[in-house]
Amino acid sequence: MTDMRTPLARARNHGSAKEGNEHWWMTKLTAIALVPLSFWFVWACVHLVGADHAAFAAFLGTHGNGLMMVLFVATAFYHLALGLQVVIEDYVHVEWQKIAALVIVKFGCVALGASCVIAVLRLAFGG
Amino acid sequence: MVEFTLPANSRVRKDGKSHPAPSGAKNVKTFKIYRWHPDDGENPRVDTFQVDLDTCGPMVLDALIKIKNEMDSTLTFRRSCREGVCGSCAMNIDGTNTLACTKPIDEIGGDVKVYPLPHMPVVKDLVPDLSQPYAQYREIEPWMKADTAMPAGERLQSPEDREKLDGLWECILCFCCQTSCPSYWWNGDRYLGPAILLQAYRWIADSRDEATGDRLDDLEDPFRLYRCHTIMNCTMTCPKGLNPGKAIAEIKIAQTKRRI
Repeated sequence: MTDMRTPLARARNHGSAKEGNEHWWMTKLTAIALVPLSFWFVWACVHLVGADHAAFAAFLGTHGNGLMMVLFVATAFYHLALGLQVVIEDYVHVEWQKIAALVIVKFGCVALGASCVIAVLRLAFGG
Repeated sequence: MVEFTLPANSRVRKDGKSHPAPSGAKNVKTFKIYRWHPDDGENPRVDTFQVDLDTCGPMVLDALIKIKNEMDSTLTFRRSCREGVCGSCAMNIDGTNTLACTKPIDEIGGDVKVYPLPHMPVVKDLVPDLSQPYAQYREIEPWMKADTAMPAGERLQSPEDREKLDGLWECILCFCCQTSCPSYWWNGDRYLGPAILLQAYRWIADSRDEATGDRLDDLEDPFRLYRCHTIMNCTMTCPKGLNPGKAIAEIKIAQTKRRI
C-alpha cells in the first residue's frame, strides 16, 4: 500500500512512547552487575570441575554461593531479555513476527530464569 | 526482516561509460562515479572519468565540476558554498560519507569512488532524496521556545552556558552522519538519527530555552532516541569534526537524571 502521508506526518507518526530510558538504564545496570557476577561464576565453575552432586549441593548450600548463583542467573536472564528485545526491534520488521518474537523471548527468559533459580534452591536446600 | 539484498532495479550494471583523459595529460586520476537517471528505466551504472589533475583544483568537488563542465554535462550533484559550510555536496567518497568540497583528491589512494549518501532514495546520480531527515528535523521543533515575555534586550546567557553549545551549533545538516548510521538504515522511519538528535540536544543544552522537559519527553521513545547503540559511525564520519554520539548520550543521561 502506498503511504501518501506527508514526510512530517510520517516523522511525527503516533508521537513519543514516553519510555525507553528505563530499558536503557536497566541494560547498563545489569551489565555492570554482571561483571563481578560473571567473574564469580567462572571461578565457581573452575572450582567445581570434577565435583559430584553432593559437592555441588554443599557448595550452593553456603549462603554466599547460593546468593551469588541466584543473582547471577536472575541478572543474566534479565539482561538477556533486554538485549534480545533490542535485537528483535532492530531487525524484525514484519509486525506479527516482531510481536511473536518479543513474546517468545520474554516468556522464554522468565521460564528459563525461574527454572534455574528453582534448581539452585533445590540443590542449596538439599532437594 | 531487514533486507540485505538490493531492491529491484537497483543492482549496479557493469557496463558504465568511460571518459578518457585528454591526450597529453600526464597527471591522470580515475574517478568512478555512480550514475542513475530516473526517466530512462535503466539500472544504475558506474561511469569512469579520467581527470587531468594538472588542470583541476585540489578537492573532489573541483573534479566533479570539471567533469560536468568538460566531460559529461549530465552528471548531477548538489553543491553551493564549496567551503564546507552549506553541506550541499555531502556524498560517499572512497567509502566514507564526507563533503566533496573539503575532501582533497590526493588523500585518496587508487581510483576515487563517488556514490550518493547511502541508504537514501536517489533523485538522480549523486543527489539523494532528503525529505525524511528534513521532516524529522522539523519534528524536533528546532527553534527557541520560551513562555517568558521577550525582555527589552536580548535573552541573556552566561559565557559558561554559551560554551555548552560549542560542538553543536557548528552542525551544517549535511547528513553525512545520519546516512552512515546502521540503525538509521534499518529503522530510519522511526529513529531520528544522529544529525537530528544532535540538533535536538543543541536546544536541550540551550539555557535560554524553556521547553527542555517537553523536548526530553518527545524524544523518550524506544525508536526515536534509543535505537542509538553507540556504533559511532556518526562521529567517525562527521566532516566538521563534531560528536553526535556524545550529544545522544547527553540526552540519555538527561532523561536518566530527571528520574533518579
